[in-house]
Amino acid sequence: MSVPVRHFDAVIVGAGGAGMRAALQLSEAGLKTAVLSKVFPTRSHTVAAQGGVSASLGNSEADHWHWHMYDTVKGSDWLGDQDAIEFMCREAPNVVVELEHFGMPFDRNEDGTIYQRPFGGHMSNFGEKPVRRACAAADRTGHAMLHALYQRNVRANTHFFVEWMALDLVRDSEGRVQGVVAMEMETSEIYVFQAKATLFATGGAGRIYSSSTNAFINTGDGLGMAARAGIPLEDMEFWQFHPTGVAGAGVLITEGVRGEGGILRNAQGERFMERYAPNAKDLASRDVVSRAMVTEINEGRGCGPAKDHVLLDITHLDPNVIMSKLPGIREISIKFAGVDPIKAPIPVVPTCHYQMGGIPTNYKGEVVVEDKVVEGFYAAGECACASVHGANRLGTNSLLDLLVFGKSSGNTMIDYIKSQPKSLPELATADVDRALARVARFDNQTSGVEVDAARSAMQRTMQAHCGVFRFKDMLQQGVTKILEVEEMVKKTFIHDKSKVWNTARVEALELENLIEVAKATMISANNRTESRGAHVRDDAPDTAETPNGRDDKNWLKHTLWYRDDNRLEYKPVNLKPLTVETIALKTRSY
Amino acid sequence: MSDSARAEISEVEKKRQRWRSRRGLLELDLVITRFLAQHYDALTPDQFAAYVELLDWPDNDLLDLVNEKCDVDAPHLAEIVAMLRRV
Repeated sequence: MSVPVRHFDAVIVGAGGAGMRAALQLSEAGLKTAVLSKVFPTRSHTVAAQGGVSASLGNSEADHWHWHMYDTVKGSDWLGDQDAIEFMCREAPNVVVELEHFGMPFDRNEDGTIYQRPFGGHMSNFGEKPVRRACAAADRTGHAMLHALYQRNVRANTHFFVEWMALDLVRDSEGRVQGVVAMEMETSEIYVFQAKATLFATGGAGRIYSSSTNAFINTGDGLGMAARAGIPLEDMEFWQFHPTGVAGAGVLITEGVRGEGGILRNAQGERFMERYAPNAKDLASRDVVSRAMVTEINEGRGCGPAKDHVLLDITHLDPNVIMSKLPGIREISIKFAGVDPIKAPIPVVPTCHYQMGGIPTNYKGEVVVEDKVVEGFYAAGECACASVHGANRLGTNSLLDLLVFGKSSGNTMIDYIKSQPKSLPELATADVDRALARVARFDNQTSGVEVDAARSAMQRTMQAHCGVFRFKDMLQQGVTKILEVEEMVKKTFIHDKSKVWNTARVEALELENLIEVAKATMISANNRTESRGAHVRDDAPDTAETPNGRDDKNWLKHTLWYRDDNRLEYKPVNLKPLTVETIALKTRSY
Repeated sequence: MSDSARAEISEVEKKRQRWRSRRGLLELDLVITRFLAQHYDALTPDQFAAYVELLDWPDNDLLDLVNEKCDVDAPHLAEIVAMLRRV
């Protein structure tokens, strides 16, 4: 091994909301902090968050963090850890006000306080009635947050390494994390970033599905690196889906389209929702609509050459209604589906949006494996599983997660770094060699499987076998298929062997991360035989003991998937909050 | 026209900007993927310079521009904006 080494107190991978919030904490404490990012920080996927960030500020009406906690536990279908959820909801007002002081341009009330609006699932007085809890900056909350945090980090002298890709984690013989191996995209030069503390804030991996709202950068790099380093991935069967994304693109079609009279049709032109929900029909809840769509596709009544989507029909509506009540839908449909919805129906499919699982952490941001903290290793944001979202996430809790756990992991890292000897220990080389070998394979291999072909096989397999609504036989076949796709990924090769801005190499390396997430998801989903939150199975019986298919007796536990032998282990959900009483198990209904 | 626009577009520069075409918003990724496939290799130095300038825009502003929710009063960008809107 002859790789140059750069030394820092802390190294952070990912420059979205969580990474930059943590970096700010560290840099302002005077620690030498490196942040690595594949893209310019303000172009991280946090930019896509529009809805807002929740905090029980009570600016418009009475609110309390305990009510927010109740909503989050309920939203998680009781799979969330109640200590982490209490911590997040108590901290929420602090981190939001702090962000305001960083210059975040929140919408305001006439009296100057932060304006708050209602958002699905957020209620007052333990589920009684909707409460105004979401704080937003117009429809650009994520964008404004990134800008405020980036400016602040620049002022605090955070060292940004932009257009760098982390390749692998470096652990010593006792498992302590020493930093990451990373590649500068401009030159393909590889460095080790050695640090006393390493944080992953690499976001989600929604690109494992063929229909996803995630940007192309969301390839689960942190999850792939963690899995290769022997860290299990937690609760990866839980993914939030939206019922109607444009098939083949992933851009969302608002549910308002069905509200205005849009009708879902199968390949025979049948209005199939009449069979699944005779009263509500196309206005049934998200779960019911998603389930019906997937059942139609699964039973061979899907549309298109691959029979892999259904149609959302608004051709019967007055074009003036479409233009006035559904602005933007016509443009989205023309641009991304290639059809004018005034003349032809829009191809739609349930679309992956958010990853609830991730690298197992506690509420301090420490990575925890088998009840032991992995020394020197931290994770925050969508790549982490604290677990506050459990089996399903409430809207506006993701931006909150970034702020709270970005900050808390930054604080924990500061304490840890200060407890360590001033000089860094000798660097372990085994993991560095492994990273170099991964890159060398793409330099040397001249034939095999095209990266695009393997990625597309993975995405199709995940979409068909492990989507929004799941079937026992499809999952079982899916496990076999995804392991076959893994063999394809092992044989991928690239034509371009150049060193300068070799995007093909980056994409090949990204696919090696995605496939780890895909395997974790499929295998975890196949084994969890109940329905809970976003993991919904056709074969989970709805009985008095297992309402809606949720089986607390057997499945009130977190999944842990290990890469080495695709082994699954389970750990209990933490039902004990920090200071209040347990929020007792109940059937989840809205 | 700037000096850099007058010169030939180097392969390195084209590869750099191809990576910078990766955005934080899916909608832009999709539009830009098509733009790259249809037009990138045939861009003139002026068009290339205009494209690079647009890549510096914040994602939300660029998407609004592409979706014709806003306009830009800069004649040197007009041609590329029109191309991005058409793809």
